[in-house]
Amino acid sequence: MKILGISAFYHDSAAAIIGNGEVIAAAQEERFTRKKHDPGFPANAIKYCLEEAGVTIDELDAVVFYDKPLLKFERLLETYYGFAPVGVSSFVTSIPTWIKEKMFLKKLIKDELKGVGEYDVKKLKLIFPEHHLSHAASAYYPSSFDDAAILTIDGVGEWATASICHGKGGKISVLKELQFPHSVGLLYSAFTYFLGFRVNSGEYKLMGLAPYGNADSEAVKSYVKKIKDVLIDLKEDGSVWLNQKYFTYATGLRMVPDQRWEKLFGFPRRQGEAALEQHHCDLGVAIQIVTEEIVIKMAQEAKRLTGSENLCMAGGVALNCVANGKIQNENIFKNYFIQPAAGDAGGALGCALAAYYIYFGEERKVDKNLLDSMKGSYLGPESSEREIELAIKKHKASYKKYDSFDELTEDVAGYLAEGNVIGWHQGRMEFGPRALGNRSIIGDARNSEMQKKLNLKIKYRESFRPFAPSVLASDCEEYFEHKGNSPYMLLVHPVKESRRIPYPAGYEKFGLKEKLYHNRSDIPSITHIDYSARIQTVHKETNERYWKLIQAFKEKTGYGLIVNTSFNVRGEPIVCTPEDSYKCLMRTEMDFLVVGNYVFNKKDQPAWKEGAEWKLEYVLD
Amino acid sequence: MEFLKDFWLFLKERKKFWLVPMILVLLLIGALLVFGGSSAVAPFIYTLF
Repeated sequence: MKILGISAFYHDSAAAIIGNGEVIAAAQEERFTRKKHDPGFPANAIKYCLEEAGVTIDELDAVVFYDKPLLKFERLLETYYGFAPVGVSSFVTSIPTWIKEKMFLKKLIKDELKGVGEYDVKKLKLIFPEHHLSHAASAYYPSSFDDAAILTIDGVGEWATASICHGKGGKISVLKELQFPHSVGLLYSAFTYFLGFRVNSGEYKLMGLAPYGNADSEAVKSYVKKIKDVLIDLKEDGSVWLNQKYFTYATGLRMVPDQRWEKLFGFPRRQGEAALEQHHCDLGVAIQIVTEEIVIKMAQEAKRLTGSENLCMAGGVALNCVANGKIQNENIFKNYFIQPAAGDAGGALGCALAAYYIYFGEERKVDKNLLDSMKGSYLGPESSEREIELAIKKHKASYKKYDSFDELTEDVAGYLAEGNVIGWHQGRMEFGPRALGNRSIIGDARNSEMQKKLNLKIKYRESFRPFAPSVLASDCEEYFEHKGNSPYMLLVHPVKESRRIPYPAGYEKFGLKEKLYHNRSDIPSITHIDYSARIQTVHKETNERYWKLIQAFKEKTGYGLIVNTSFNVRGEPIVCTPEDSYKCLMRTEMDFLVVGNYVFNKKDQPAWKEGAEWKLEYVLD
Repeated sequence: MEFLKDFWLFLKERKKFWLVPMILVLLLIGALLVFGGSSAVAPFIYTLF
């Protein structure tokens, strides 16, 4: 049985295909269209999924969309009704779109599918599971648990903004829901907005900024108190009530009333790209502290309701890896699985799985030998030799082709150890927001200049942003206070105390840049300001090539870890094809590019004729 | 037609018949706004709708 899942029309459109419950392929549309968070119909991703599975649309047993549009429309109408006469501007913006297209989503999907390939419309079976059920399914079914609590938290789906479900024996029962307008995701997004980042993409920047705040300071304590006393009412079960006097997302085109927040927190909303000051960082850490408290309470409630030893998580808030690490430290559950594509893109996979196991009632079989059935999240397209050769021909590129991959890793490990930055493009592209060693930019974690070089000369992004380590799974405990795996870079844990360099006197009074450039450990480029690291454990079983490279690096240097960041520049989707990767090599100050068995040294390439105008291609995120 | 059928089933399932007059009024106003509208994915700053 082949089922196609689609998420689209909001942000991060994606498609996924499963065959008899097995995940065959999944990809985000942005990777093909080169438009970050592309919300359009994922025609390219669908085409790829069908090709990978070797089926036509007519051969599909069902096409599943990741939420229920009419239920969403109900929420929209009831919200306008509830808040009237406030909300005219939002109404004027949203209703025409609904009347034109979104209300007729069935027709829209059917029409768009015609653009992908010829098919018999009458035969097509279209299914619409609920948004949070899609998230829950994306977390539970790929996990290796038979019995698990499932926690989904995001901005909003139809009505639900968070849910606690129980997965048992292949079935999912919804136990509890938090409903719009009360939402943890929207609360976090409101702070993202107020601190000058883009909603729906800047949340992870806020998470990265938070550690620059002085968590123990009076300022932060006062912000936390204001958030808890004025903005929200947090209950023991983790549910929150958001004081709508301080939020405008329900009826307006902004997240919050700027002036009211300015009065509450004592400084105006930060304008995008304006300098970051200590009070921005302090407010950032305050909302991070509150978010952690909420999700820990939710996890405790999930435990109370299900009694399970396992927790599965999905939804955009599950990408808050700092909070995930804190949940783990609470020891509420024994085992954890977090869907690597936890955001809306993962809904495409989740809705397909929900249809297979719930709608069609198929039996679930779990392979206990695997960590999970996500195949390392390497579910996207793989570049063929022909594609590589075509890119070489097009750009008259200079390269060295290796017959032996071991020889290649030996050389590349040497380049890394010399301080070079390398674009690493191998195998199938990752599904989800993280680059996990198949479309990654990599460097030496020991190099104290690496963070600066990567941020300012390669990625062209804010200097405060941290980088993550890829560590051999077997070596994880040597570097981090973390026992177990973290294959999807979704857990933040501290660097081992013995590796840390203590803060100098008066550190808390340092400015953001002084803090940033203070060496924090013997692996400084992946040690964040608070000694934490967003860990990716690399497993030979799911990514042998990447594992071999890090192993080769270890043999050369004694360190079984490297820096890993997504292969893109700011505002650009992660690279997909060899053409994208070569462009990225030539546009930035990267030193080498490795695609399959081909190595490109930047110094040997013909002059790149394009000027700096390429930067205008991408809207800064 | 398929849409009307789906919508009727939806209202029945959710027992939200009280929404019908509101929907009619909203659709009427909304239909007028359509003339100045644009594509389905373009205008949203936040993706709540």
